Amino acid sequence: MAKYHVSTSINDEAVEFLCEPQQTLLDVLRDELQLFGSKEGCSSGDCGACSVMLDGRLVCACLVLGVEAEGRAVETIEGMAKGDQLHPLQQSFLEEAALQCGVCTPGILIAAKALLERNPNPTETEVRYWLAGNLCRCTGYDKIVRSVLAVAEEMRGG
Amino acid sequence: MATEVKELKWIGKRPIRPDGVDKVTGRAKFGADLTLPGMLVGKVLRSPHAHARIKSIDTTKARALAGVKAVVTSADLPELASEWVPAGELQINFRDLSSNILARQKVFYDGHAVAAVAATSAALAKQALALIEVDYEVLPHVIDVVAAMQPEAPLLHDDLFTEGVTPTPETPSNIAKRVEFARGDLEAGFAQADAVVERDYTTKPVHQGYIEPHAVVASTSEDGQSEVWCSTQGQFSVRFYIAKLLSMEISQIRVTPSEIGGGFGGKTTVYLEPLAVLLSRQTGRPVKMVMTRAEVFRATGPTSGAALSVKIGATKDGTVTAAEATLRYQAGAFPGSPVQPGAMCAFAPYAFETFKVVGYDVVVNRPKVAAYRAPGSPIAAFGVESALDELAKRLEIDPLALREKNAAREGTHAAYGPRYGPIGFVETLQAVREHPHYQAPLGPNQGRGIASGFWFNIGGESCAMLNVAEDGTVVVVSGNPDIGGSRASLAMMAAEVLGIDFERVRIIVGDTSTIGYTFLTGGSRVTFATGMAVVQAAEDVVRQLRERAAKVWEISADAVIWEDGQAHPAGANAGEFEPLSLRDIAAEAGKTGGPICGNASLNAQGAGPGFGTHICDVEVDKETGRVTILRYTAVQDAGRAVHPSYVEGQLQGGAAQGIGWALNEEYVYDEDGRLQNPGFLDYRVPVASDLPMIEAVIVEVPNPNHPYGVRGVGEVPIVPPMAAVANAIENAIGVRMCDLPMSPPRLLAAIDNGG
Repeated sequence: MAKYHVSTSINDEAVEFLCEPQQTLLDVLRDELQLFGSKEGCSSGDCGACSVMLDGRLVCACLVLGVEAEGRAVETIEGMAKGDQLHPLQQSFLEEAALQCGVCTPGILIAAKALLERNPNPTETEVRYWLAGNLCRCTGYDKIVRSVLAVAEEMRGG
Repeated sequence: MATEVKELKWIGKRPIRPDGVDKVTGRAKFGADLTLPGMLVGKVLRSPHAHARIKSIDTTKARALAGVKAVVTSADLPELASEWVPAGELQINFRDLSSNILARQKVFYDGHAVAAVAATSAALAKQALALIEVDYEVLPHVIDVVAAMQPEAPLLHDDLFTEGVTPTPETPSNIAKRVEFARGDLEAGFAQADAVVERDYTTKPVHQGYIEPHAVVASTSEDGQSEVWCSTQGQFSVRFYIAKLLSMEISQIRVTPSEIGGGFGGKTTVYLEPLAVLLSRQTGRPVKMVMTRAEVFRATGPTSGAALSVKIGATKDGTVTAAEATLRYQAGAFPGSPVQPGAMCAFAPYAFETFKVVGYDVVVNRPKVAAYRAPGSPIAAFGVESALDELAKRLEIDPLALREKNAAREGTHAAYGPRYGPIGFVETLQAVREHPHYQAPLGPNQGRGIASGFWFNIGGESCAMLNVAEDGTVVVVSGNPDIGGSRASLAMMAAEVLGIDFERVRIIVGDTSTIGYTFLTGGSRVTFATGMAVVQAAEDVVRQLRERAAKVWEISADAVIWEDGQAHPAGANAGEFEPLSLRDIAAEAGKTGGPICGNASLNAQGAGPGFGTHICDVEVDKETGRVTILRYTAVQDAGRAVHPSYVEGQLQGGAAQGIGWALNEEYVYDEDGRLQNPGFLDYRVPVASDLPMIEAVIVEVPNPNHPYGVRGVGEVPIVPPMAAVANAIENAIGVRMCDLPMSPPRLLAAIDNGG
C-alpha cells in the first residue's frame, strides 16, 4: 500500500512522516514517531487516554487519521513540560497524588490543560463534565479534580 | 524484626512518588510501549460462538499469505494434566489455563482464543486471521448461573463432577465445587430470633476495567532463551505460567514487568504472554501482541456474576442469633470462581455464633473469571449488608448500632476459622458515628446508606535488595510491579530505617533475573510483605554500616549505634569519635570491605485483616430511575498509613469501582451468547461527572506483625459500596433493590412495581 507523506508540527517542531491511509494519528505518534506518551485504551474515543491537541482543539488521537495532521499543529504530553519545568498541572498531580497507575494521566493532563486555557475559573462540576471523556479506573477522580481546581486557582494568581 | 518505633521521619508523610515525573511526562513505559527491531505483530482469532465443538482448523491459506510468519493453534501447546496451583487469592489449573489461551476440542465462550498468528504488520495479521478456516459444530450454551445448575442445562465439561459433596456425583454437571462454613445450631438460632430477614440477590459479572489493555513483547533467541516484556501484576507468575504452558525451563525465561496501567487482579494470570513466546520461538523474531478493548471485554476478567440467598435473624436488642447464606458464583468457562473466599468473607465482620454459608462454583459459557479486588467478598457483602439493613429497620434499630452490637473484635472467633488479633472494625464504625456526614440533613428523595466490608489481606514470599552507591544514595530493588504507588511506600520505609532523606533513595522494580522470587502484586500484600522485606534489607545495610564504622574506629561493632543516618560510637566509646554518615561510610566502602549491599528474603506471615465502613448519600430521580451519588465517605483501618495520599487513593478508587458495580456495570449477552457491549461506551464505568468527591477517612489500628503496623488497604474499599448504595436508595424512596446493577431501567421498573 502506498504511503502518504505528511508535513505537520508536533510540539512546536516541524515533523514529516509517512503513513498508510488507515493509520490513525495515534498509530502515527506511537508506531511511526515513537511518541509513546499518548496511550491506546480503546481505539474508539471512549477512554481519552490518547487525548492530544490538534490546532488548539482537544481530540482523541485514535479518532483522527494520520493524514489529517497535514499542515496542522499537534500537541502531545511530550511537549507539556518546558525544558525541566513541569507544567503546573504536572507538578500538582505529583504533589496531590492525582495518579495511581498513571496510564490515563497523559490524556487527563492534556484535557485539563485544554480546559484551563478555555476556562481559567471552572467550577467543580465544569471540571467533572470536561473530564468525563477521560476514564480513570484507579483514583475515583477525587484527587484529579482537586488538583485541577487548585491549579486553576494558582494560575489565576489566587 | 520489630524496629523500635520512635519519632518517625518518613512514615505517614506525603513525599512525591519516585516514579511520578515519568508518569506525568509520558516517559513511563507501559506494556504496549516497547518496540524492538524486526518485531512482528501477533493477533488472536477468537470464537464467535458461546459454545461449540471445533471439528477442524485449516490454517493453510493464512500461512500462505505473504508476510505471515507463523500460525499456532492448541496443537502447538503441550497437553497438560489437571493440576491446581495457588495463584494469588485464587487457584489456577494449568490444563484449563492452556485450554483458555488456545481452545482445544471446544470453545466455551464468545471471544475464546482459537488460533494466533504473527505477521510483519498488524494489517497482514488481521488478514491472516480472516483466512483461518474453523469448522464449528455449535452447541447449546448457558449463560445464567442458576440455569447452569439445573440437571437439564447444557453441559460444558463432561468430566466435571462436583467436588465437596459426598459421595461424589456419578454424573457430570456444571457445578464444579460446593463449599461450606458452618457453626452452631441454625434452626435453634432462628427460633430465638424476634425478626428474620430472608432475601434473594443477584449480581452481574463486572470487569476490572483497567485502562491499559493486555500487552506483551516476547523475543526468543537461538539458544532458546526467551525475554518477555509485559504488563502484569506478577513477573514471576508469568515466568512460571509460561514455563508450565510451553514445557520450558524457568531458567529459559526472563520476564520484565512494564509499568502497569491498572490490573485490580485481572493481570494476575496470562492470556497473550505464552502465545507471544510461542510465536517468537517459531519465527526467531520478537513478537508484540496487544489486545483491543473488545478483546479485553470478551476474553479477560471479569469477576463472577452471582445469585445468592441470605437469611439473618436477631432478637429485639439487635443480637444476631443465626445467619445463613447460599452463594452461587459463575466461574466462567472453567472452574475457579472466588466463591470460597466469598463464603469465608460473608460473615467475617461479625461475631455471629450460629451461621452457615454454602457456596457453589458453577461453570457457564462466559470468559473464565479472574481475580478482581477482594475476589468474592463484595458479592457476598452486597447480600449480607443489605439484609442487615433491612433487619435493623424491622427491629427499629439504627443500622450502625446493629453492626456495633454484632461487630467482630480482637479475640472474636472469625466465621472463617481463626481468632482475630487486633482489628479495627469497631473503630471504623465509631469513626462513621462521629463523622459529620452521618448526621448531615437530607432532602426529598434523598437517602443515606451505610455498609461494611472485610478482606483477609495476605503476606507471602518477597525479596528486597538495597544497593548503596559510592555517594551514599541507595537503590531499592523490589520484585513487585507498582500498581498504585508502592514504590513510594517501600522507599519511604527504607529511608526511615536508614535515617536518610527520601530523595536519596531510588527504587526500581526488578525483572525475574535481577531480584529473587517475589509473589505477585495482589492480596493487598506489597506494602505489608515486600515492605517488611525492604525494612529487613535496610536493617541488613545498617548492620554493615555499623561494622564499617567500627572498623574505621577500631572498636567493636556492638559499640556502634545507628541514629539519624549516622554511625555513633556508644557505651564506653560514646563521644570518642565524630559520627560517620552513610555518605562518609559509602565513600570509603572500598577500603573497609567493598560495596555495601543489603538483602532480605522472607515469607511474610501475619497480614492484618482489613475492615471498612462506607457512608453513601443518594438522590433518586423517580421519573427516570437515575441515581445520583450526592456524598460519599469511606472509612477504613489501614493499620498504619505509610503514604496517606495513596491510602486515600485506594479508598477513593475502590469506592468508585464499587459504585460502578452498583449502578451501571454489566455484561449484556444476546440470545446466542454473544457479548453485546464489549466497549467503554456501553459497558459504562464511572466517569468524573458521575461521582462526587469521595472522602477517605483513615483509621489506624496497627498490625503488630509489621514493623510499622501496616495492613493491606487495596481491596477492602470495593466491598461495601454496592450495599451502601442499595441501602441509601431504600432510605430515599422506600424501594429495596436486590438485583445489580441498580441502573435507571431496573430501578424505574422497581418503582413502577411499588418496590
